[in-house]
Amino acid sequence: MARTNSRPLSPHLTIWKWGPAMAVSIIHRVTGNGLATAGALGLIWWLMAAATGPEAYATFVTCATSPIGYLVMAGLSWFFFQHLFSGLRHFVLDMGAGYELKTSKTWSILTFVLSTIATAAFWAAICLGKF
Amino acid sequence: MGTGTGIGRVRGLGSAKHGAHHWLAQRYTAVGNLLLVLWLLFSLIALPGLDYESVVNWIHNPLVAVPLMLMIVSIFMHLRLGMQVMLEDYVHDKGLAFFSMLLLNFYAYAGAAAGVFAIAKIAFIGVVK
Ligand code: HEM
Ligand code: HEM
Repeated sequence: MARTNSRPLSPHLTIWKWGPAMAVSIIHRVTGNGLATAGALGLIWWLMAAATGPEAYATFVTCATSPIGYLVMAGLSWFFFQHLFSGLRHFVLDMGAGYELKTSKTWSILTFVLSTIATAAFWAAICLGKF
Repeated sequence: MGTGTGIGRVRGLGSAKHGAHHWLAQRYTAVGNLLLVLWLLFSLIALPGLDYESVVNWIHNPLVAVPLMLMIVSIFMHLRLGMQVMLEDYVHDKGLAFFSMLLLNFYAYAGAAAGVFAIAKIAFIGVVK
């Protein structure tokens, strides 16, 4: 790129400090792509197993209720709620709002708080419904 | 491609005139996912159990099967657009980029077809003994 050396280069590529806005940004990408791969495949597996019959469904339930299965489902549920709230944040930013430093920081942190609360509430609802 | 000026380097790499559509479709399907996946999660909580019979009897209802199919379509359209952006950012080799788009499209359409087929089968046949 043609540029004059007398001008500052910003943002700098190697000197920077982590902030909440950067964290939501990359987490939105990680969660989106995690849902798109593991989440979507899990969903299709579940539907295909249910469509195939009781034995195929039993195999799915065995995997889903194994320790790894629970870990994956817990992770995916947090991924979903995090992607949902950071997605809503995208909608606000798309309208050109929320770019003030303090506002941006507050909402970035809130997406993490809200997604964690939503995940806990979701599991609580499942457990309370079951027992 | 030119090697000297900035304009020379970007010539030929400009807009394919699909950017705005891609961006909007990503948002439309995001709203679809927001409504439909939340509906699925609330429904799963409300179900008496997640055993074979409960799940199949639930999906057997047309008022469940149709929104569930819409959810599959919305999710796979959204993930196709979203993963495309991710791959465009990280896969730089032209041949690999082409190949990754091919695989992504196979994945998205095959996944959506499998999901819709499974729901249709349950909707029409219901519980298999
Ligand atoms: C890809 C999406 C998912 C599918 C297809 C799916 C499906 C299933 C199925 C079929 C079972 C077995 C139910 C049974 O034992 O009767 C199960 C168990 C369970 N799932 Fe998921 N699940 C998914 C995601 C999640 C998520 C995101 C959570 C989030 C918290 C979750 C929480 C649970 C819990 C708590 C159980 C145990 C229920 C029990 O005690 O029987 N699942 N899931
Ligand atoms: C559970 C289903 C969902 C899946 C599989 C999914 C997947 C993805 C993927 C893979 C991306 C691309 C991320 C990147 O690499 O930049 C993405 C982007 C996006 N998602 Fe989702 N998503 C889902 C649900 C949602 C929901 C519920 C919302 C809204 C509340 C949403 C809002 C967005 C937005 C706004 C973008 C675009 C971000 C940008 O332009 O950089 N998504 N999604």
